Amino acid sequence: MRFHALVEVRPRAGIANPEGATIERALAGLGYDGVAGVRVGKAIRFTVDAADEAAARHQVEELCRRLLTNPVIEDAEVTLEPAAP
Amino acid sequence: MTATVGIVVFPGSNCEHDVAEAVADSGMDARLLWHGDRSLQGVDAIVLPGGFAHGDYLRPGAIARFSPVMDAVAEFARGGGPVIGICNGFQVLTEAGLLPGALRQNRKLRFLCAVVETRVDSDRSILTSATTPGALLQLPINHFSGAYTCDPATLAQLRADGRVVLRYVVNPNGSVDDIAGICSPEGNVVGLMPHPERACDPLGSRDGRLLWSSLAAGLSATLSRS
Repeated sequence: MRFHALVEVRPRAGIANPEGATIERALAGLGYDGVAGVRVGKAIRFTVDAADEAAARHQVEELCRRLLTNPVIEDAEVTLEPAAP
Repeated sequence: MTATVGIVVFPGSNCEHDVAEAVADSGMDARLLWHGDRSLQGVDAIVLPGGFAHGDYLRPGAIARFSPVMDAVAEFARGGGPVIGICNGFQVLTEAGLLPGALRQNRKLRFLCAVVETRVDSDRSILTSATTPGALLQLPINHFSGAYTCDPATLAQLRADGRVVLRYVVNPNGSVDDIAGICSPEGNVVGLMPHPERACDPLGSRDGRLLWSSLAAGLSATLSRS
């Protein structure tokens, strides 16, 4: 089966995120007062072939650990969707 | 016998010739090694130089750590071989897990290009073995992702073991505990953001020579024993 994978790489809680902080200040400068907690990460999309969703998830989580994230400063949320046949 | 220092060239490295000059200036032989090779050609020490290995895509050092040469570098480091990572090379060493922690983007997202004052805080590393703790060194920095970070337990361990080898006198980038460089428990793997190879000329600071002389002295002691 083929799956669309979306990996959202996020700075881990407690890790400073100067990009997010800068955007938050810019939004406040534009008058958007209620916006808080801006954090900037990355979104990585690809397709993966695997026997089933569990196998696909296992593989994507492994490549997150090995390459797509640095676990010292980042974590990731994986979303999988079956690709249309 | 003259020690030979292997300098790994990745696509995007740009400090390898400066390192080669500094190494020669301190009486060692320099040999450039290609990242795609699997052999270290019998060199006595390894330097991972500054630059933008593999374009710094994904994260600085994230792709470089999987370069073919890195298996040999890791094995060499585990066997006690001296491995020095400067700037981008430091980032490669943390990504490869040869040093703990990570380098994240500078405070205020500033690219920094300046000569800064650093203080030697430990002579336990091969790069500071011939220095005196407390010595002040004027060294250039040139980086965007140079803020060292690690979890509190790792920081406590680094401090307790005397593995913070270099600190900024005035923190330029938001680095945890003003850290500019650290080493492995045995002191043979060293990572630092400042560029000692750019501080070896009489026209500027020559303080970098103290670090290269330390490496030369350490290698010469090892070679005369073997």
